[in-house]
Amino acid sequence: MTALCIKNLVKTYDNDVHALRGINLDVNEGDFFALLGPNGAGKSTAIGIISSLVNKTSGTVTVFGHDLDTDIVGVKSCIGLVPQEFNFNGFEPIFNTITNVAGYNGIPPREARKRAEHYLKRLDLWDKRRSTGRELSGGMKRRLMIARALVHEPKMLILDEPTAGVDIEIRRSMWEYLTEINSENGTSIILTTHYLEEAESLCRNVAIIDRGEIIENGSVADLLSQAMQETFILNLYEPVTEAPTIEPFKVRLCSEPNQLEVDVPKGHSVSDMFQALQSKGVVVGSLRNKSNRLEEFFLRLVNQSNKDSQ
Amino acid sequence: MSYWQLQLTAFLTIVRKEIRRFTRIWIQTITPPAVNALLYMLIFGGLIGSRIREVNGVAYMDFLVPGIIMMGIITNSYGNVVSSFFGSKLQKYVEELLVSPVSNATILAGYVTGGVARGIAVGSIVSLVALFFIDLKPVYPMATLCIAVLTSVMFSLGGLINAVYAKTFDECSIVPNFVLAPLTYLGGIFYSIDMLPPIAQKLSLFNPVLYMINGFRYGILGVSDIPLWQSFAVVFAFIAILGTIAMVLLNRGVGIKT
Ligand SMILES: Nc1ncnc2c1ncn2[C@@H]1O[C@H](COP(=O)(O)OP(=O)(O)O)[C@@H](O)[C@H]1O
Ligand SMILES: [Mg+2]
Repeated sequence: MTALCIKNLVKTYDNDVHALRGINLDVNEGDFFALLGPNGAGKSTAIGIISSLVNKTSGTVTVFGHDLDTDIVGVKSCIGLVPQEFNFNGFEPIFNTITNVAGYNGIPPREARKRAEHYLKRLDLWDKRRSTGRELSGGMKRRLMIARALVHEPKMLILDEPTAGVDIEIRRSMWEYLTEINSENGTSIILTTHYLEEAESLCRNVAIIDRGEIIENGSVADLLSQAMQETFILNLYEPVTEAPTIEPFKVRLCSEPNQLEVDVPKGHSVSDMFQALQSKGVVVGSLRNKSNRLEEFFLRLVNQSNKDSQ
Repeated sequence: MSYWQLQLTAFLTIVRKEIRRFTRIWIQTITPPAVNALLYMLIFGGLIGSRIREVNGVAYMDFLVPGIIMMGIITNSYGNVVSSFFGSKLQKYVEELLVSPVSNATILAGYVTGGVARGIAVGSIVSLVALFFIDLKPVYPMATLCIAVLTSVMFSLGGLINAVYAKTFDECSIVPNFVLAPLTYLGGIFYSIDMLPPIAQKLSLFNPVLYMINGFRYGILGVSDIPLWQSFAVVFAFIAILGTIAMVLLNRGVGIKT
């Protein structure tokens, strides 16, 4: 079943900022999915619309078959949200924060207390149950929001930049929690991030969002290998009818019979590629670089992450 | 779990949370109105009132007490909802409600009930204080209670609307200080409108608070400037109008969604 299906989603804020310019997205049940993009790409806006915090301008959102426009209760019951910014009552004991949200989801008091105990223990916050939210450390606050998001046992957990600004150790333990939740209960997880490393080591599938548009969408492994290569268009002296096989290069035919497209992985030289082609009897006259927008995108991401950690 | 069970559980959760909030900070929420009321009764009722002849055929202290109780109910119902709902916007935990399958009607009912709980709690404490001064035996207990609760509902709705629009704490106190306080003080707490010049009497009839205070006073003393049915009509009309406005604002997400 499709956990999340987004079609032509548009959001224009009142100040005329086009935060989403018609995005399409599908996430399968049980997936661990990353929405990867730099600051201001529109990640939080997309998450906000899915979780009813932001009104969409147009488009449709369907969550486990429930349409946001016609069955908002169905949509909300399927979703647990961990937002980018802290949004709990800092003056309330965290045990109450959890039981309140359980109550908002229709869970009666006795069961709410049981669940609060279970999820506070699970997120290592049980010792702190009588503390107020503002007395917690940054990592604990984030965990409080995860416990709160899980208390109604949603089919889909959405986390908006769960590890932005937290130190590497906490980030790793957060990754462990999330991996456990995903594998044990089959909870679908969607997280947004601007850390390439996070998407890479945690998620199976990824959509790349930039300036309000999804520019790529697929398995993490595929997208990474695409980014880690250069593609050339070769003009040949003589036309070929089939693409030669020359590992580790990938060769494809083009629409022009005397052209070939070749992927050269990082770390391999262009002259190796020429030699390999020559050994198959293919002679290259000239070549040009095909622009790689993924590479360009990743470079920008990495730059931003570096700035972040400085 | 059916839809209605869910809404009922959510409603009770909001109400419990709201009552817990004002009882936890009772020094700020319950004691000041009691102290205020005590001072009013001592100064206006005791010191000054002893030199005033009867008003509407009752001793001035008796006349004063219902107004003082009502003032506590009005201010505290409004104040409870405006500060609680605004606080939830400021710290963003209103989002806990927005992402949950709670209907807007349930949210509204929950916050209003919280405001009524505070209003009636304060009203009861002020009534206890009044027992030091007078014998408080309502002539029409049901009417008294109904007017008190309905007035509390009305001002709780007002507090919620205020909180929806407010962007700063200042904006939470403008209406209470510059609209509510004058209307309350000029709403016949301290005097009967019979004592006013004819123009002021006419103008007073446009003040909705006059109807509530007089309705409440009628319930307790059996005397009033205003027929009881008019008091009920005015308070019901305001509940209908403010309730509709509040629902429209919540449905549109004004001040809470972008
Ligand atoms: N409430 C808002 N009002 C106006 N513009 C907004 C609002 N929230 C976000 N934006 C703008 O929308 C764009 C996308 O923002 P956002 O979704 O927060 O991006 P991300 O989460 O990827 O960093 C940005 O240009 C941002 O300035
Ligand atoms: Mg964001």
